[in-house]
Amino acid sequence: MSSTWISVFAVAVAAGTTFVFASVGEILAERAGILNLGMEGMMLVGAVAGFMATNASGSLVVGVLAALLAGAAMGLLHAVLTVTLRANQVVSGLSLTIFGFGLSALIGQNVVGNPAHATFDTVRIPWLSGLPFVGKVFFQHDVLVYLGYGVAILAWFLLYRTRPGLHLRSVGESAATADAMGVRVTAYRYGAVLAGGALAGLAGAYLSVALTPGWNEGMTAGRGWIAVGLVIFARWNPLWALVGGYLFGLMESLNFQAQAVGIDISPFFLGMLPYLFTILAVMIAALGLARRLGSPADLGVPYEREEI
Amino acid sequence: MTNLRVGPVVLERRVEPSRRALVLTRVAAVLLALLVGVVVFWAAGLSAVDGYRTMWTGAFGGGNAFAETLVATVPLIFTGLAVALAGRMLLWNIGAEGQFYMGAVFASALALWFPDWPRPLLLTAMVLAGAAGGALWALGPGLLRAKFAVNEIITTLMLNYVAILYVDYLVHGSWKDPGSLGFPLSKPFSANATLPAFFGTRLHLGFLLAVVAAVALWLVLRGTKWGYEIRLIGESQGAARYGGMPVVRNVVLVMMVSGAMAGIAGMTEVSGIVHRIQPTISPGYGYTGIIVATLGGFSPLGVLLTAFLFGALQVGGYTLQTVGVTRSVVGVLQGAILFIALGAEFLARYRVRWQPATRTVRPEPAAAAVGTPPAPENLEGTP
Repeated sequence: MSSTWISVFAVAVAAGTTFVFASVGEILAERAGILNLGMEGMMLVGAVAGFMATNASGSLVVGVLAALLAGAAMGLLHAVLTVTLRANQVVSGLSLTIFGFGLSALIGQNVVGNPAHATFDTVRIPWLSGLPFVGKVFFQHDVLVYLGYGVAILAWFLLYRTRPGLHLRSVGESAATADAMGVRVTAYRYGAVLAGGALAGLAGAYLSVALTPGWNEGMTAGRGWIAVGLVIFARWNPLWALVGGYLFGLMESLNFQAQAVGIDISPFFLGMLPYLFTILAVMIAALGLARRLGSPADLGVPYEREEI
Repeated sequence: MTNLRVGPVVLERRVEPSRRALVLTRVAAVLLALLVGVVVFWAAGLSAVDGYRTMWTGAFGGGNAFAETLVATVPLIFTGLAVALAGRMLLWNIGAEGQFYMGAVFASALALWFPDWPRPLLLTAMVLAGAAGGALWALGPGLLRAKFAVNEIITTLMLNYVAILYVDYLVHGSWKDPGSLGFPLSKPFSANATLPAFFGTRLHLGFLLAVVAAVALWLVLRGTKWGYEIRLIGESQGAARYGGMPVVRNVVLVMMVSGAMAGIAGMTEVSGIVHRIQPTISPGYGYTGIIVATLGGFSPLGVLLTAFLFGALQVGGYTLQTVGVTRSVVGVLQGAILFIALGAEFLARYRVRWQPATRTVRPEPAAAAVGTPPAPENLEGTP
């Protein structure tokens, strides 16, 4: 395989990392029964927080932490509205996106186009990075890409191999049953939405400090929404989110490097691909392929304990 | 289930959220959000008094300012109606933005290809083309939703990005104005392709069109068999199907009419304001339409009022730029209004009482809320 194509795939993994963080975050929230359509707004706030904190402190660690916190704060807002006040999850999520767009634009108005003061170095994983093809594609990246592998695998392990994970899933399948078994529904839902928000913040910061260092109004360009669609495609399984994330990364990567690999399609049409593919993905999911491992039964349903 | 107790204070769930309480909470939400605005202005280094005075003057200070507010209200009425109509059937049309752009594309095609048609004919054709463009863009999501239960939130939203990229493609390519010095814009429209404006302002015929559309939709929803059908389907698909109503056909039809509304907004914007097509014709009218419809209680008349409020907010926001504050303040304000309305909704659903002793209350059915497209009965009373 030519080196151009290898670099297309390597960039696909890098660009896909945003989708991995965001869709794993969405999976956590949805597994607990809370639909989060605020992903896009959370990512934007995370992106601007991460970029500005990095530049203010000169430290990437501080930047990433700021993004995690900012995302979690947005998640808290969503949790208060949907879990405690039992507001409609669709409207709360949409509000979060609109709010996040405005807030991030306001916070970042004076740093648009500023250069980043610190950027991630490429870390070559010993031995693995030397493998043909696989090494270049998967093991010569910045540390956040590796964190992406870790987050997806950890989330999978947590959900399917631990007791808290079982509880989390039971809260999303039937909150009433979980409650009757003594699972603290509210605590799990808060935890999942906050963790999901933090991951959304990280997804945004990955864009603004690692992939394309810098801040621009609305720079997530619908990636948060794609992540929401990706969750359906991934059948609420973090490992599939990993696969799906890189698939969408590949489409972005092809757009970046279309000319280099000799694709002669208008960049505007190539730019449509991820969005059209998301539609295709939710169609495939709806057409029954995912029915068996379908969505959490209590997704979108507020829980109120019956008091007798 | 429905009572919450905090010490001696009991929140008792209402059977139905009181309508007066709902309206009051929404008004209160706007006022509270303006308080949030005080903080935002303070953070932006401007006194709140100056900030709001600037916004007020921008939106209402004089005839021209007021005309600008109405101008901004026009697309918000249409996109608000688009979201509200779909919401009546418990469908979320998040794609008004894309339908707006496709309406603009279809209308612009006529304007650019037949600039010399007589003005009334050309303008009428452009309105129809705009409606067709928007309807076409909503057709796919409508069909997918009706036939295969594909989530319409995702599909309509994704098509927004596709539509905007398509406009980009056009104005970077075959529609590019050779005299634009490299900017991605089309040639300006001929005089015959522009909507007449009034009073020496930018207030154009589209305003009348928008108000007529809102009133017409209100009448249709209240007084026709079709209006009755979609209200019933929104309340219970099962019951509607059992009653022999064509659910699938109505879902598709409602999505198309919804898309057509947003498409006409695209037409009035290019024909009445921009006078050409370019990628920046909308500052997010489709998304603001979601807020407008939600706060307007998914009722056409509610949309009319809320669109006016948000039009004023937007124009006021633009004026802020003249004193060095970004207009994204408005986005924050809009989001805050929605959040507070959503949270305050909780209070409309509950009655607060002082009651030291415990008592059992029968569970009540969940009631309509901001964002739950309400059962029409809760809104306007049944005719």
